[in-house]
Amino acid sequence: MKRLLIARLGSPNLIAFLIMALGLAAAPVFIDNNYIITVLTIIALFTMLTIGLSLLMGYAGQISLGQATFFGIGAYSMAIFSTRLGLSPWLSLLAGMILAGGVAYLLGMLIFRLHGHYLAMATLGMNIILYLILTQQVDWTGGPSGFRGVPDLSIGGMTLSTDTHYYYLIWFFALITIALSLNIVNSRVGRAMRALHSSEIAAETLGIDTGRFKLQVFALSAAYSALAGGLYASFLGFISPSSFTINASIKIVLMAVVGGLSSIWGATFGAAAILVIEQWLRTAIKSLVPGASGEQEIIAFGLILMLIMIFMPEGLVTGAGKALRARIARRKPERAQPAGG
Amino acid sequence: MLEIKNVSTSYGHVEALRGVSMAAHPGEIVSLIGANGAGKTTLLNTISGMTPARSGQILLNGVEITRLSPEKIVNLGVCQVPERRQVFATLSVRDNLTLGAYTRMRGRGEPPIKDRKTLHLDIETIYAMFPILKQREKQLAGTLSGGEQQMLAIGRSLMGRPKVLLLDEPSLGLAPLIVRDIFEIINCLREIDTIILLVEQNARAALRVADRGYVLETGRIVMAGPAADLAADPAIQQAYLGKQGR
Repeated sequence: MKRLLIARLGSPNLIAFLIMALGLAAAPVFIDNNYIITVLTIIALFTMLTIGLSLLMGYAGQISLGQATFFGIGAYSMAIFSTRLGLSPWLSLLAGMILAGGVAYLLGMLIFRLHGHYLAMATLGMNIILYLILTQQVDWTGGPSGFRGVPDLSIGGMTLSTDTHYYYLIWFFALITIALSLNIVNSRVGRAMRALHSSEIAAETLGIDTGRFKLQVFALSAAYSALAGGLYASFLGFISPSSFTINASIKIVLMAVVGGLSSIWGATFGAAAILVIEQWLRTAIKSLVPGASGEQEIIAFGLILMLIMIFMPEGLVTGAGKALRARIARRKPERAQPAGG
Repeated sequence: MLEIKNVSTSYGHVEALRGVSMAAHPGEIVSLIGANGAGKTTLLNTISGMTPARSGQILLNGVEITRLSPEKIVNLGVCQVPERRQVFATLSVRDNLTLGAYTRMRGRGEPPIKDRKTLHLDIETIYAMFPILKQREKQLAGTLSGGEQQMLAIGRSLMGRPKVLLLDEPSLGLAPLIVRDIFEIINCLREIDTIILLVEQNARAALRVADRGYVLETGRIVMAGPAADLAADPAIQQAYLGKQGR
C-alpha cells in the first residue's frame, strides 16, 4: 500500500504533499473556530469530488455533468445501509463506494457510446433520475424532507463526534485520494489516459483499450464521489436530496475548471478557491452594499469566475504556474528555448 | 507473412472493399496506390481491426486475426501509423514514444519490456534513427513541425516492435523536401525485417520506394506486380503519375 501511494510521486509532488499534510494536521491547533474547521472539512469533501471529475475530464477527456449522482449514492448508501440494513457505518461507506463504482461502470457501458455534448446530456439525465428516486422513494430515503440520524463513524471504540474529529478523518481520506490520484496520473495508466484524451484513434492503434479505460476512470471517479458522500452524510448526520442536484454537479465542474483541469493540485485548489470565495462574498458583499441579498452575491460570484476564465483560461494552478515560468524566462532570456522549427 | 484472402468491408450498406486478396513478406515494402475513396485506408483499418472485415480472412504467419479486437491485433505485432500522424499533442515526445511500447510494457507484445532500462534503451534506438527527436525529447509533440511529427509517429509505432507496419499517407501535408526525407526513412525501415504496407496518394514516390505494389480502384485490386513494372505501365502513368498518354 505504501509503495502504491508514494512510489511514483516525483519529489516536487511529494514535498507539496507533505507540506500540505503537515499544515492540515497542525491547523486545528491554531484555529479555535468551528466555522473555519467546518469550511476546511467541506473543502476536503469537494476535493475528493473534484479530483474524481478531474481524472475523468482533464485526463481521460470525458465530460460528466452528473458527478453529484455518485455523491448522492454514497451519502444515501451510508444512511440506508447503516440504519435500515444494520450494516456497520464503515461497511456502509465501503458498500456505497462499491455500489457507485458499479453503477458508473454499468451506466458507462451505455453512455460512453456518446461523445461531447451528447455525453454531457446523458450524465445530466443520470443526475435527474437520481434526484427523482431520492424524492419519490420516501420509505427508503425520507423523500424531499431528507434523512435524519445518519450514525457517526467510530475508530477503535471511539465515536467521532466533534467537528475536529471529522476534520481529521475527512482530510485523511482526501489526502489518500490526492496521493493515489497523483500516482495514477504519473503511471503507465495515466499516460494512457492522457493519450486517449489527445487522440483516441492513435491510442487505439497502440493497443490501448480506450473503451475499458473510460469505464474504469468513470468508476473510480464515482467511487471517490461516493466516499465523499458517505463521509458527508456521517459528518452532518442529516442529508436531503437538495444536496445532490445538478447544481451540485455543476459546482464540481466549476471547481475543476477554475483550479485547472488535468491537474490534481488544480482540483484541490479549485475546490478550496470556490468555497472560500463563496464564504467570503457572504460577508464582503454585505459590508460593501448595505442591505445586499443572495442575488448580489451570485452576481459578484459570476463576475469573479468570468475574470478567472478570461485571464487564466487554463485554471488557477496551471495559469499561475505558466505566469511564473514566463516571468522567470523574461528575467533570463538567454535560457529561453528556441521554438520548434 | 501477411495474407489477405478475399476480404470485404463495408460501412453500413456502402461496400468499401470488395474481395481484396494480397500478400506481403518480411523485409518487403508493399505500396497500395489508388484514388481518393478507393479503399486504401479502409484496407489498413481492416487489417488493424479498427474497421473489422465483413467477410474473408486475414492471416499473420498462419494465425487468423480477422475478427480480433484492435488491442489483440496490436499485441500480435501489427502497428499502424494513422493518417494525419495523430501524435499525442499534449504529451512530451518521450511520453509519445513510451506509449508506443504500451502493450510491451503490459507484457503482451513481443519482446516484453520489464524494466525502465529496457524501455530507455529502446527509446535511445529510436533517437539514433531520428536524432531530432532526442533534441525535442521534453517538448510537447504538438509543438513539433509536420515532418518531425511524422518521424515521431513512425518512431512511436516502431516502439511496438512491429511484425507488420501499416503506414497511412506518411507524406500527407508535408513540404516536398520533407517528403523526400520521410521516404528516405521508409526505405531504411527495410532493414528491420518487417512487413511494411504503405498507403500513398503520392504514387510516384510510393512506387519508387516499394518492392511491389497493388492498385486499388473502388474497393477492388485492379493491378498488382513489382513496383518498377507498375511505374512503367502506361495506364498507371496516365492515371496516377500525371503523365499524358499518347
